[in-house]
Amino acid sequence: MAINLTKTDVVIVGLGAAGGVAALPLAQAGLRVIGLEAGTWLSPEDFAPDELRNNFRGWPQAVQKANREIPTHRPNAGAQYSPRLAIHPMMNAVGGTTLHYWAQSWRLNPWDFKVVSETTRRYGRSRIPAGSTVEDWPLGLDELEPYYDRVEYELGTSGKAGNLNGKIDPRGNIFEGPRRREYPMAPLRGTGFTEMMGDAARKLGWHPFPGPAAINSRTYENRAACAFHGYCARGGCHISAKGSTAVTTIPKAQKTGRFDVVTQATTTTIEADANGRASGVNYVKNGVEYFQPADVVLLATYVYENVRLLLLSKSKPYPNGLSNNHRQVGRHYFSHNTGAAVTALFPRDLNNWYGLPAQGVAVDDWADDNFDHAGLDFVGGGNLWVYSDRRPIAAANMPTFGRAPEWGAAWKAFVKQNADRWNTAYLQKTTLPYEDNYLDLDPTVTDPLGFPVCRITADFKDNERKVAAFIQDKMVEWFMAAGAVATEKAPIGTMGPTTHAYGGTRMGDNPETNVVNRWGFSHEAPNLGILGASVMGTSGAHNPTLTAQALAWRTADYLVKNWKTIAT
Amino acid sequence: MHQHRQEDDVDRKSRSESPTFSRRELLKRAGLAGAVTTVVPLGTFMPSAMKNAAHPQSAQAGAVRREPLETLTAAEADTLEAIVGRLIPTDANGPGAVEARAAHYIDRALGGALASSRDVYRNGLASVDGYARKSKGASFAALSAADQDAVLRDVETNVATGFVPDAATFFNLVRAHTIQGTFCDPYYGGNANFVGWDLIGYPGLRLAVTPNDQRLGARPMPTHRSAYDHAMFSKRRPARAQRVEGKDPWQLI
Repeated sequence: MAINLTKTDVVIVGLGAAGGVAALPLAQAGLRVIGLEAGTWLSPEDFAPDELRNNFRGWPQAVQKANREIPTHRPNAGAQYSPRLAIHPMMNAVGGTTLHYWAQSWRLNPWDFKVVSETTRRYGRSRIPAGSTVEDWPLGLDELEPYYDRVEYELGTSGKAGNLNGKIDPRGNIFEGPRRREYPMAPLRGTGFTEMMGDAARKLGWHPFPGPAAINSRTYENRAACAFHGYCARGGCHISAKGSTAVTTIPKAQKTGRFDVVTQATTTTIEADANGRASGVNYVKNGVEYFQPADVVLLATYVYENVRLLLLSKSKPYPNGLSNNHRQVGRHYFSHNTGAAVTALFPRDLNNWYGLPAQGVAVDDWADDNFDHAGLDFVGGGNLWVYSDRRPIAAANMPTFGRAPEWGAAWKAFVKQNADRWNTAYLQKTTLPYEDNYLDLDPTVTDPLGFPVCRITADFKDNERKVAAFIQDKMVEWFMAAGAVATEKAPIGTMGPTTHAYGGTRMGDNPETNVVNRWGFSHEAPNLGILGASVMGTSGAHNPTLTAQALAWRTADYLVKNWKTIAT
Repeated sequence: MHQHRQEDDVDRKSRSESPTFSRRELLKRAGLAGAVTTVVPLGTFMPSAMKNAAHPQSAQAGAVRREPLETLTAAEADTLEAIVGRLIPTDANGPGAVEARAAHYIDRALGGALASSRDVYRNGLASVDGYARKSKGASFAALSAADQDAVLRDVETNVATGFVPDAATFFNLVRAHTIQGTFCDPYYGGNANFVGWDLIGYPGLRLAVTPNDQRLGARPMPTHRSAYDHAMFSKRRPARAQRVEGKDPWQLI
């Protein structure tokens, strides 16, 4: 029998990017909040600059709950399963993957919220790819802007505004929507390499700018400035210069005295009462089963786990899983189109040995609908991004551009000369949801508790492939303008498990096609809120985390303002 | 981005029977996260590969003190030492995988983080030796450098026979681990004396990097320090070799 705990106002399942943010406004408003986290606290001493451990052996993911439930993948319902990943791309800990993410902290552009209406207006309805289930968001950038702003200031974000209340500043992103004020901190400094790339972009007539990062460029709220040692991608930040929720909103929420963090708590199901309301959460900790009752449940794990927990939480009112009477849980899944990278070889050392993936230069000229698609046959585009970041094992694993064998004396001579002469740009590109891209429970593969893992059935479609080909050409053009002597285009690959997953519990006004309403609460279980990128209906061409966090704050804010209606 | 796929720990977990969800069963099922047993055979790195006439420079490196073998047999270690010495040879461009102690790194890791590859190495190294005898008439370690390269090319291109599942898969695994062992933090037993980092010009760990350190044309002095030489990280050193039984947080649920 599970131990019945004392009822709380709000229980949050998962204390990562989204749940870790939502706790703060709730606790500050006087609500009693309990956060269940499957991982543990990690400390600065855990974040050693150790490439082998962090980037090859999957620490700390390899010892986490997430790694026992890596989703399976098949490109379509009739296809063979892809080889299962050895390491889950996300991790469990207080702060979740914000501990070691790249911390690129982007807002979406205005177009991303209105893909259907804007595409129809400019190019006609037929430009929306066949089979896509994309919808306009139920809100625009203007409605989300106050929450973007709030999160940027709470976490500490470095960057340069390109659109201050409508006034365009070419030192920032001229394509961004209006923002109410400057970033809290100046951008992370440039490097010799990023300045060289910026000059090349300007030569092409493009508009380069330093990208936004949730990383301190100066001391911010008693946290140190970034020291640029590298190793923080997958390795974490040992001086807490990265604005992880573990060192920002979570400890701040704890200081209110109304937020309790329960670590190593593995949530198994969410319970519903006879009226269809969420009544609390079952979890296991140290071998003991608990039931945590709550007036409101906020589900804030990751896209795959949000969907899985809902589908596993079957009850009389929800025989197909919680909030799934409309059969929308798991639908409208997509992952950011981050394959199809471009790698370049230069005839000189780039001195990229230090720095981090967020210390880079961006070009948005070819993102979203920032360029005329009239003569093209796709919608969307990509963000171009290059940065200073290199570690020795990865450097030695460099591609040889057909100029050397893969081993032996000639390989050694090539790597000795070129280990610091190459750079890879990962291009973030528009991806749309489609009818036949979805998540469900795997019929046979289970986690160690015996629960099915999440199954991904998804692949890139024509539109995504056309965007990828187009944007790779642009990236090649940029590298060559900067003096590259050779480039290689990586294949787009397939749509397996990723750190940039979206959808599965999409937000929208229509309950027939969406799981949550415009405020992030279930259309079916009114006191169940869902946080994270699983509510997002489009990807844009930028990293998802800040948008997931802004939406989480907005949902929490709505809950505070409508507590009586939602909680009773 | 897909570097984890190069890892040998790709774990195609068995697809088990469809479960039921009685919560009474939960704790029993937690027991499914089984322990791993590691066998540590005795032996030492044999200097014979170093004495091979084909490796005059390696022979000098043979003076390097050798730790006892942790996982491989002496015969396996001989073959492996000879392979890594051809993948990243010692030559006019400086020390290679032998001086970096890449084989020592692999031997140690096969008792820990790479334990799931132990059988792959047992079979693969035996297959390399078997193919060397069949095609060149002697054990791999005893062949000339030119013959060793010819054998490795056959292994790389899947021409070599006698491998399960195939030769190229084993080649790619050894290549990936040889690169790890040559360019990793020396804490793990490879990249000895930082020869790997010096080879590619990596100036080493700097916990505070100046703008000048990131300038084009700058050449920061090599620091030659392991991450775990820093007091901040030394207390949380990861297990280098042996699996730490019962320390998996998952087993606590």
